[in-house]
Amino acid sequence: MADTALAPDTPERKTNMDKIRATLTARRRSENRLRIAGLLAIGFAFGMLGLVFASLIATGYQAFTQTHVTIDVFIDPEEISVDRLPRGGFEDVLEASLAATVVGEAEGSEALRDIGRILSDGAQFKLRDMVVADPGLIGTTVTITVPTSDNFDQLNKGLIDRATPEQFRRVTDQQIAWFDELDAAGAVSAPFNRWMFINNDSRFPEQAGLRGALVGTFWVLLICFAISFPLGIGAAIYLEEFAPKGKMSDLIEVNINNLAAVPSVVFGLLGLAVFIGWFGMPRSAPIVGGLTLALMTLPTIILATRAALKAVPPSIREAALGVGASKQQAVFGHVLPLAMPGILTGTIIGMAQAMGETAPLLLVGMNAFVTSTAGTPFESSTTLPTQIFMWADSPERGFISRTSAAILVLLGFLIVMNLIAIILRRKFERQW
Amino acid sequence: MLDNTRIAEHTMTEQRTKISARKVQVYYGQNHAIKDVEVDILDKTVTAFIGPSGCGKSTFLRCLNRMNDTVAIARVEGEIKIDDEDIYAPSVDPVQLRAKVGMVFQKPNPFPKSIYDNVAYGPKIHGLARGKAELDEIVEKSLRRAAIWNEVKDRLTAPGTGLSGGQQQRLCIARAVATEPEVLLMDEPCSALDPIATAQVEELIDELRTNYSVVIVTHSMQQAARVSQKTAFFHLGHLVEYGQTSDIFTNPRDPRTESYISGRIG
Repeated sequence: MADTALAPDTPERKTNMDKIRATLTARRRSENRLRIAGLLAIGFAFGMLGLVFASLIATGYQAFTQTHVTIDVFIDPEEISVDRLPRGGFEDVLEASLAATVVGEAEGSEALRDIGRILSDGAQFKLRDMVVADPGLIGTTVTITVPTSDNFDQLNKGLIDRATPEQFRRVTDQQIAWFDELDAAGAVSAPFNRWMFINNDSRFPEQAGLRGALVGTFWVLLICFAISFPLGIGAAIYLEEFAPKGKMSDLIEVNINNLAAVPSVVFGLLGLAVFIGWFGMPRSAPIVGGLTLALMTLPTIILATRAALKAVPPSIREAALGVGASKQQAVFGHVLPLAMPGILTGTIIGMAQAMGETAPLLLVGMNAFVTSTAGTPFESSTTLPTQIFMWADSPERGFISRTSAAILVLLGFLIVMNLIAIILRRKFERQW
Repeated sequence: MLDNTRIAEHTMTEQRTKISARKVQVYYGQNHAIKDVEVDILDKTVTAFIGPSGCGKSTFLRCLNRMNDTVAIARVEGEIKIDDEDIYAPSVDPVQLRAKVGMVFQKPNPFPKSIYDNVAYGPKIHGLARGKAELDEIVEKSLRRAAIWNEVKDRLTAPGTGLSGGQQQRLCIARAVATEPEVLLMDEPCSALDPIATAQVEELIDELRTNYSVVIVTHSMQQAARVSQKTAFFHLGHLVEYGQTSDIFTNPRDPRTESYISGRIG
């Protein structure tokens, strides 16, 4: 007997060790396959993410600068007089000054208009505001820096090919010559496009900014948070800690899970029908958008809160009840504080979702063209994602890069929110 | 049997009955966990509940402060009186009952708060202290009574969860006695502790007897023999035998008790 046990290579009497050894190679191979599959999946995911960012940055980076022209403007009293302010020939004054800078003399009204096209439509308003603020400027020469129009912004950034035949180009040879002359004179600059953050939306890409959308997003999120956070936590506490467990609570649980899976566009229709249709709330207003998104975020927060409450060990509840705390004291004094990090993480992720949500906001009209900033949640406004949607729809070339830039801004906010969620979780993770 | 065990030989003065249970039944859903338990637990006495795992001793203990109320499927029948008051009467608020009947759990479960706050919590929620000074006094007295004051007096603001296992359990005892209960229930208070911490807690239990009626559930027969004056042996939901600890261990009347304490069942 001892002999056979010591002779593992006899085929008819294999020991267990041999059997195990025989399976080892197969097991190891299968493990390796799994690891490689996992690495491939992660690589694919990161590759796609990289692709998204690369394409966004490649088209969007140019929107972060804006071409400007610095010119000396003689504010001609013949065109602009104090009694007619704020009216006056500000455009003519700019054109004349520009012509004077470039060729030294005016060359007829046609040429003047052509040279004026180098400047943004907003330039005359900038000059007007300066003069209105200080009428003493009339008759003097001031140096101002104004944005160029979208076409010349594109030209300066190299997006308009000079080799294209003139008839297929949006700028004429003459205009290019003028612009090059300005450039040679050092009048052209391309500073950081802070106006993208301080301007409201505009038909002209060079003047279009995200301020209205940022403020609109702020209002929408504020309302969404103010409603879904207390309601969600309250509902979750009741369901998890107080509600009698039974068929009814199972039914509620299933339906909350269902609610979390309802497509967002359905919530949009609901918001449209209920808040705008029945309650007669203003269309396009952040209050409606916020309420709609609150409906959508509520189940997310309820689920996250319930999970966080469940994760608090029962010994803490028993300890509190054991010294005579009431149920409410045990929950609010001991269980809820311990569950808070989990609740906050879930809430931030829910808010991040709400922030990027577009479809329900389109249905409640938050894709309106609004050129003012909403001072209250009851005024018309857009949000970041709907602004992106609108810009992506616009034909002007300048909006191509601005769309990408706006997406980068939105993604930036989302990354910051998710980072906060991770930091909170790390910070408050504790053992008990 | 139990050769190496010192059997507690405490003087048993005439004690009045603190808790009296009659025909107590507990059901967990379909499971009949406690059957016809009748017992009189004395004041100023340590009573030990012993028995094999799943015999219902913890379940019965948790009936005495209505902790079973928190289990949705649990149902208690029969009569349990503390000081001649039926604790399952509709007029009794479990919150008030639990202030009178303190509990120490198997696993030390201090709140993740400071040592001070752990002890002060009970007096605070029951409004037992007027002002900070009085609360400080209660905290100190409770920590002293739990024999942990000297170890923690310099770090009352440190988190209670940072203490060692034995210290945590004594902190939980301090927390339980801070509300001045009349009965102290202990559910295997030493099962998570090392022998040194166990000895400290046992010593403490013996001291607590002067003020409270202490009921302790334990797996260790040696422990029951060391700390208790009365012992109840549970088996499969029945209270098999109840009597003087020395009688139970030296002269058991029921064959099941004898088998258990001599190690044949359990």
